[in-house]
Amino acid sequence: MKKNPFWKVINGIGLLLLICIFALPFVWMISTSFKTLGETMTFPPNWIPNQLLWENFSKAWNSGPFLKYFLNSTIVSVGILILQFATIIPAAYAFARYRFKGNNFFFGVTMVTLMIPTQLIFLPVYLQMSAFGLLDSLWGLILPFASSAFGIFLLRQSFKQVPEELLEAARLDQASEWKIIIKIMVPMAKPVLITFAMFSFIAHWNDYFWPLVMTTTEASRTLPLGIAKLREVDGGVAWNILMAGNLILVIPILIIFFFGQRQIIRAFVYTGVK
Amino acid sequence: MSWIKARPYVMIFPAILVFTLFFLYPIGYMIFLSFHDWNFVSPVKEFVGFSNFTSLMEDAKFLQVLRNTFMYSGLTVFLTISISLLLALWLNKKGAMYGMVQGAIFSPHIISLVSISMLWMWIMDTDYGLLNWFLGLFGITNIPWLTDPKTSLLSLIIVAVWKGIGYYTLIFIAGLQSIPRDIYEAAALDDTNRIRTFFKLTLPMLSPTLFFLTIIGLIGSFQVFETISIMTKGGPINSTNTIVYYIYENGFRFFKIGYASTAGVILLLIIGIFTVFYFKLLGRKVHYQ
Repeated sequence: MKKNPFWKVINGIGLLLLICIFALPFVWMISTSFKTLGETMTFPPNWIPNQLLWENFSKAWNSGPFLKYFLNSTIVSVGILILQFATIIPAAYAFARYRFKGNNFFFGVTMVTLMIPTQLIFLPVYLQMSAFGLLDSLWGLILPFASSAFGIFLLRQSFKQVPEELLEAARLDQASEWKIIIKIMVPMAKPVLITFAMFSFIAHWNDYFWPLVMTTTEASRTLPLGIAKLREVDGGVAWNILMAGNLILVIPILIIFFFGQRQIIRAFVYTGVK
Repeated sequence: MSWIKARPYVMIFPAILVFTLFFLYPIGYMIFLSFHDWNFVSPVKEFVGFSNFTSLMEDAKFLQVLRNTFMYSGLTVFLTISISLLLALWLNKKGAMYGMVQGAIFSPHIISLVSISMLWMWIMDTDYGLLNWFLGLFGITNIPWLTDPKTSLLSLIIVAVWKGIGYYTLIFIAGLQSIPRDIYEAAALDDTNRIRTFFKLTLPMLSPTLFFLTIIGLIGSFQVFETISIMTKGGPINSTNTIVYYIYENGFRFFKIGYASTAGVILLLIIGIFTVFYFKLLGRKVHYQ
């Protein structure tokens, strides 16, 4: 099959077609976002806009408090990540390295949590948040994700692989457990931590469901919600403005993906396989 | 208790606290609410026993929601897995071109579902959408993808398959690469043809991956919400209403908290069954690799 030039050509065309199926929708998004409203409705469609209408982006950005959305998204995604690191590192260390009564029980509890999707429990959590008075605040978006069963699971695996002699040697040098975690464990688990960080950041940056359920005013809305609201502006849908808004949401992730493609793919596939 | 003894508990406490407050307790509370009638405002939660369950099971709308959910999940997972498996066999090669293709088909996986939904709404637009323009080249006239109950669920399945294929393909490729080379060499010595090798060798060796992706895919699809909320709002005439959207509607639009919680408990049971099933079979399959 490899040697036949005919098959080689067919194979190449197939690969190109495949790229088209996945890349053309994004090209279409970019193309639409530069068009006038009138041009979006030409038939057959124009792949290359007649002129580049940059003002679509400022129109999208100015149609709501987008700076606020952007800041909220950043605070929520980064805040979640920081709290996750603060809670999963010690927990994973304890589960991996200490023998204590209830180790298996509490790890079991963690694993059960891993199986519970947020789509299932949003209603009771909403009621609970309203009882705490945390509804419509950034805390309501951050706190439920302040720890990660998945993160503990991944990190425990990699903490377990650190040889015991290394820790013994450090303890002989009077190193505190805290120091052992920071100086030995964390550096050795760095690839797993980076993997987890990418996974978590992308998931929460993109998240639409949780902010939709937990927020009621602009003060705590995030970027995906703001973009989704662009659709509800005046009567007909202004696809050019809508696509420009979506590009604002997509571009940062696509740029990160472009440069960190290997790591990101590894992050998602690795976490899927384990 | 000495510090040494207390230390592990202190270290796991923050994480366990978060899990208890935001995952375990809510599950319990949801089960509690499913036996009550409550409109969110009233101070009284009236105990109604199993009546929420019985009325849900007699509710034609909920039964349609269940049908939609199973139809959506079954078809999405079946299509995604079949296509991804074929793609994995094709794309499991070294080289820059293959790397690029793998990156391209994976890219929708990391894009927000908000953007994916809106982009596809635009592509599936009846009058000016790219998809109908393309089909028009082959003489297929304007299909009202999202606005006709006959095609709306299918349209959402197409989007889900498009988004999921890259991820599944890469996991299959990882699975293929973990199959020891020498087995294939033995098969080559026996002069086994490619199709036979696939069914007798590759597929059985891939079965743990296949199984994992099927269960994960089903559990994930049962919870579909974003595309529905943005693209169809459950319509037209409930043709795309699925369980999570139904819970959302009942809880936040109709304030039928007990009813919504009951639907949540039913989803919990469905997911629970699949999860237990997965671990049962996984236990049996571990020696396989």
